[in-house]
Amino acid sequence: MVVATILVGVLAGVLAGMLGIGGGALFVPVLIAVVGLSQVDAEATSLLAIVPVALVGAWRQHRYGNLRLRDGLIVGVLAIPGAIGGVALVNALPERAVEVAFALLQLFVAYQLVRKASPGRVSKASPGRDAVQ
Amino acid sequence: MGCMDRRRLFLLAICGTAAGLFSGLFGVGGGTVIVPLLILWLGYGEREATGTSLAAIIVIAAVATLTHGAYGNVHVGDGLLIGLPAVGGVLLGTALQQRVSPRVVSIGFAGLLVLSAIDLLVP
Repeated sequence: MVVATILVGVLAGVLAGMLGIGGGALFVPVLIAVVGLSQVDAEATSLLAIVPVALVGAWRQHRYGNLRLRDGLIVGVLAIPGAIGGVALVNALPERAVEVAFALLQLFVAYQLVRKASPGRVSKASPGRDAVQ
Repeated sequence: MGCMDRRRLFLLAICGTAAGLFSGLFGVGGGTVIVPLLILWLGYGEREATGTSLAAIIVIAAVATLTHGAYGNVHVGDGLLIGLPAVGGVLLGTALQQRVSPRVVSIGFAGLLVLSAIDLLVP
């Protein structure tokens, strides 16, 4: 059990560093299935685990020159009233409708990201390519 | 404050509020909302978007942990058991990210969004 938890922890951390997420998407299911916590306790405990991961990840990205601290703090602070609203909404709206709407939104955003990253578009992501304008 | 500054601030505010909303709705950290919005709306490079997202997540997760802690939902030992190995992982992940093309980050993120959407759609 301990080994599985540690391995998933490392994997979640790698994804957090690569993609700029907290890792909760992996923490929560493991804390439920392997450690045996309830859904709410798993989410709460996952949030605690995310804090040092995000701290160390942000510090490393700062050293690599990839952190805009002011913007990050603005987003983080404004997310707090947003989260309170979200908790209120989840209790007021039909859960299934919210899930489906969010899933469709995520698929749309995924498409946008792939389109932006696709070759043929001029971007700094492909420095070898001459500007074809 | 110039017009561009105000526009940027407005977009950052939307980004934060949306991240918070989805975080409250689904119990996610907010990174899945913050990273694509910084890239698609604010013209961030992939690496900067992920680094800045982590800074925002520190604030969001810390406040949420304290709130949950007040209700006694946080299991500190279990959190450390999974969180400390993840700190090692994040050192590895951030180092690895500097060595791959930013396009790989975007495509990887799109993959994450598709998986997350499937997870939401399949009951």
